[in-house]
Amino acid sequence: MGKRVALTGNEAVALAMKQINPDVVAAYPITPQTEIVQYFSSFVSDGQVSTEMVRVESEHSAMSATIGASAGGARAMTATSSQGLALMHEMLHIASSYRLPIVMPVVNRALSGPINIHCDHSDTMSARDTGWIQLYSENAQEAYDNMFIAQRIAEHPDVLLPVMVCMDGFIISHSLENLNIEDDKLVKDFVGPYEPKQYLLDVKNPYTSGPLAMYDYYMELKRQQAEAMFTAKPIVQAISEEYGKLTGRHQGFFETYKLDDADIAVVVIGSTAGTARSAVDHLRAQGIKAGALKLRMFRPVPREEIIAALSPLKAVAVMDRADSYAGFGGPLFGDVRSWLYGTKCDLPVVNYVYGLGGRDVIMEDVLKVYDYLNKLVNHQVPLELVQYLGVRE
Amino acid sequence: MTTTGNGWKDLPIGAVIEKAGNAREYLTGDWRTMRPVWDPEKCIQCLFCWVYCPDASILVKDGKMIGINYEHCKGCGICAAECPKRASAITMIRESDADAPSAGSTSAAATGKGGAC
Repeated sequence: MGKRVALTGNEAVALAMKQINPDVVAAYPITPQTEIVQYFSSFVSDGQVSTEMVRVESEHSAMSATIGASAGGARAMTATSSQGLALMHEMLHIASSYRLPIVMPVVNRALSGPINIHCDHSDTMSARDTGWIQLYSENAQEAYDNMFIAQRIAEHPDVLLPVMVCMDGFIISHSLENLNIEDDKLVKDFVGPYEPKQYLLDVKNPYTSGPLAMYDYYMELKRQQAEAMFTAKPIVQAISEEYGKLTGRHQGFFETYKLDDADIAVVVIGSTAGTARSAVDHLRAQGIKAGALKLRMFRPVPREEIIAALSPLKAVAVMDRADSYAGFGGPLFGDVRSWLYGTKCDLPVVNYVYGLGGRDVIMEDVLKVYDYLNKLVNHQVPLELVQYLGVRE
Repeated sequence: MTTTGNGWKDLPIGAVIEKAGNAREYLTGDWRTMRPVWDPEKCIQCLFCWVYCPDASILVKDGKMIGINYEHCKGCGICAAECPKRASAITMIRESDADAPSAGSTSAAATGKGGAC
């Protein structure tokens, strides 16, 4: 039987890595991810895992070594945050295009500059087009659970894509939380052994990895990679359901809160979802039909499901903890708004960029978003597509 | 690529090349959009084309130009540009206008000896 313990997000993720017991971990410390690498190093030095730990000189090298290990046939992992993820950027594309099932926890932290160590999603949102599956976690429990699910998704023979397991820096990574942890045996049975179809250290069956492909083959290979994302969607669902049956904790592509009969709602990613639920409860007590949708899977996109969930609403605010500097709000807003376009779901979709660089977001802030939506629905305010929440004018 | 088809559904996952030691099978002449066509009647055997070819696609035997290796010629046109005006033995044509053989084959004058690759 599993047990209930108090752990920080970083401790929970490090524990998940210990239970997965990967063959290779190549990582470089960066705030707020540092503790994951630190705790995992202790597991290695204490002989609690059989992992080969590679101490590298940068995140570019961390991802490169992880790619090499994975191509060699190892179950390989790394972990990072912010600038570290940015430094990995070119290698992120290599990992996904080589179709290597690497799992990487990313502790979300604002990108420089100005230099900042606190939470926003600008790091992983900047990596949204790198061909990695992205799962976001509201709390330590979800981060812990997502790690095992991610391992299965990544290694599924019809997927073979790397997966980022994202959680909010400090807010989740450094906060102590009660969560359920599973027995090593349950994890081992669920994750299963890694048996790659082909791997470079298989000297009896040599092959070439990472060749040149020009205009004669590149496009077909990228089309093939794109297909893996389409294929991944139902597999994410099936594996998440399987894990849910085992543990009683099921995460869908997203989680709705009092959305069924709602008039107005916010779409949110990560730890702010809890704040949004409190705001919903507060508004429901006043008779306002508010709801919330917390997105867990951002890549691949759960487009049809989101359309169905948002269709009955009268107005939606998409909350982005990152700006895309497109001159039109954040990345999630751009996506959600485009998914709804051309459907029967013709409702106002507005954007709030919030919480950049760890700017605190309390229930009163989220209530302002709902207040705007309420007024918008009642034609009391003009339509403002992009707004910034909690910023000094 | 060692596959039956060359569409995206047929290619090996992750761009791997499943067979080892296959570099010789990669016929870089595939890149060519313009094809040099050699006229042996006009050729004065100055070998300027052989000297200037940035690849090794001018085939020479016993000190004489005998043809062009289309399996590796990229169609840069330097041979045609360097061919003396009084000879003009090499002309560039569009690859799409070449009747036969297609990219990846060897000039007729060089076949039979097996030295093209």
